[in-house]
Amino acid sequence: MAKITMRQAITDALREEMIRDDNVFIMGEEVGVWGGTYAVTRGFIDEFGEKRVRDTPIAEMVIGGAAAGAAMNGLRPVAEFMTINFAFLALDAIINHAAKVHYMFGGHIKCPVVFRAPGGGGRQLGATHSHTPDAIFAHFPGLKVVSPGTPYDAKGLLKSAIRSDDPVLFIEHATLYQLRGEVPEGEEIIVPIGVSDVKREGSDVTIVAYAQGLSVAMDAANQLSNEGIEAEVVDLRSLRPLDMGPVLESFRKTYKAVVVEEGYRSYGIGSEIAARIQEEGFDYLDAPIKRVAQLEVPLPYSKDLEQAALINAPRVIEAVKEIV
Amino acid sequence: MDKSILMDWYRQMVLIRRFEQRCAELYQQGKIGGFLHLYIGQEAVAVGTIAAKADGDHVITAYRDHGHALAVGSDTNFVMAEMLGKATGVSKGKGGSMHLVDVERHFWGGYAIVGGHLPLATGIALAEQYKETGNAVLCYFGDGSTNIGYFHEALNLASVWNLPVVWIAENNQYGMGTAVDRASAVSELIKKASAYGMEGQRVNGMDVLEVYESSKAALDRARSGQGPQFIEMMTYRYEGHSMGDPLRYRTKDEVEKWREDDPIGVLERHILQDLDVDKDSLETIDQEVEQQIEEAVIFAEESPLPAAEELFTDIYVEA
Ligand SMILES: Cc1ncc(C[n+]2csc(CCOP(=O)(O)OP(=O)(O)O)c2C)c(N)n1
Ligand SMILES: [Mg+2]
Repeated sequence: MAKITMRQAITDALREEMIRDDNVFIMGEEVGVWGGTYAVTRGFIDEFGEKRVRDTPIAEMVIGGAAAGAAMNGLRPVAEFMTINFAFLALDAIINHAAKVHYMFGGHIKCPVVFRAPGGGGRQLGATHSHTPDAIFAHFPGLKVVSPGTPYDAKGLLKSAIRSDDPVLFIEHATLYQLRGEVPEGEEIIVPIGVSDVKREGSDVTIVAYAQGLSVAMDAANQLSNEGIEAEVVDLRSLRPLDMGPVLESFRKTYKAVVVEEGYRSYGIGSEIAARIQEEGFDYLDAPIKRVAQLEVPLPYSKDLEQAALINAPRVIEAVKEIV
Repeated sequence: MDKSILMDWYRQMVLIRRFEQRCAELYQQGKIGGFLHLYIGQEAVAVGTIAAKADGDHVITAYRDHGHALAVGSDTNFVMAEMLGKATGVSKGKGGSMHLVDVERHFWGGYAIVGGHLPLATGIALAEQYKETGNAVLCYFGDGSTNIGYFHEALNLASVWNLPVVWIAENNQYGMGTAVDRASAVSELIKKASAYGMEGQRVNGMDVLEVYESSKAALDRARSGQGPQFIEMMTYRYEGHSMGDPLRYRTKDEVEKWREDDPIGVLERHILQDLDVDKDSLETIDQEVEQQIEEAVIFAEESPLPAAEELFTDIYVEA
């Protein structure tokens, strides 16, 4: 089977959906002539033309709002925020508009927009450019939030996002663009939104992760295996809607869990997962549920300092050993 | 203009250029990481505007900030140390290239969210007006930044409150790969100033003298209570937006054409032709600058990395 990069998987999903449906178009900063800041849409402007690959001014508020409006009026926009950090400027358009119109107008309006946004730390970009604010966006009902950890899931989830009648925020971890994984060629790949997935089986501990945290978790699980500890790794893939099924199923087998996320621990994804395990699997609880997350500091520029704040396999291993 | 002043401007522009060329090398060697936005080609703007400012006036800019930091007189050693993420850097290695700062020299820093610092400039100017100091604020931003909401809200409020800000639009023709007329409904950015009650002035940003004269006049007006001023500096960045720019959006010919008006070249010709200065004097300056930068690199390389505890300092003022 062909191994392709996450970048290629996302590019392929976009291209296939644009070919499939004329109403799908791309808008955002540097998506056209430049070819996408992360080269995801390279060549698209030549292939699909300026009507469907639209460079915008640096104006996130209107990127978010106009994409939502076009979606309300029948199109299928894929709006790219150059990075998720800049989507902060569009929070109102995303949360108060895209995520609200369907409910607020009694179901009469739908807003099938996709917001793509690369995010994450680890590239020495400093405090404002290194956020993993997934939990903020996942907080609000009305918005779907997905963040893939493998090329296969990236392709399948992006296709589902584009076809979804709801607004979807599609978060890409920028350090994963080079990650390679198997993606079968020539067949339709659809990964449903809101379905978690067991990425590795094991019986000693459940590690819950997603996006870049999945790579960290898998790395940790493989190292633990050398020491005789078999971790089951559950990939959330979607943060909202959140599928706790496979997490709880695994937990009822292992009685122990570690949640790995790149965002901050406080008020984070791990907090949510731990609370739900406790609520729904209390009788199976054998040890405290551990959260491995970014240290509670703004990310610094200096390389070693930044790395010290981020999640890594040793920190996951340490957390696992505390409870196993 | 006094000869010694022009020679000093020449020195500053050469310093900025050579500093950045050296940074580009250090980036290739992996010693500088993250983003590195070079100012090469635009040196006359920072040097000419900052030369026009009074001691108490303030400076605030975007991430393309090396030129402004050096022009306000920040120590090259400490600036270079920041580029390398060292503890001795101007932001203790926490900020990097995009976040230089020098509060003692009233330089409030480089800001990496496009447009984000314009409202800060409005607020800094408000504080000066409030305290009746008579100081003004120089706020720099790119052409691309004039399309973001921050720009419009900041300019409007500064005008409504008649604040002492001089808005310096550095029109280097592109925001990343997007030419001005592909992103802005009007390509003459001064037209946007008129929406907020400012006349605005378009200036040749490759000529440090013109830059200086226009900024001096604008700062005087701002300080004397005539409200915000707007100058559009026509300039050009020779290098890519940041390192690794595929440069698909412009031609080599276009770059070459702008290079004919190179700000250092323009001033050099003026000095040599009109001021009875020989080439040796300029070469001496070049060599001194070279020396200064090598010392800065050595200082930066030999400086320690931030201690691990630094991760947790400066998050709050109160521990
Ligand atoms: C809110 C926001 N959106 C997007 C970016 C990414 N970005 C950084 S610089 C830049 C171009 C800015 O162009 P301009 O204002 O002309 O300044 P120049 O880089 O030419 O100096 C973009 C799009 C950002 N930093 N912040
Ligand atoms: Mg520009």
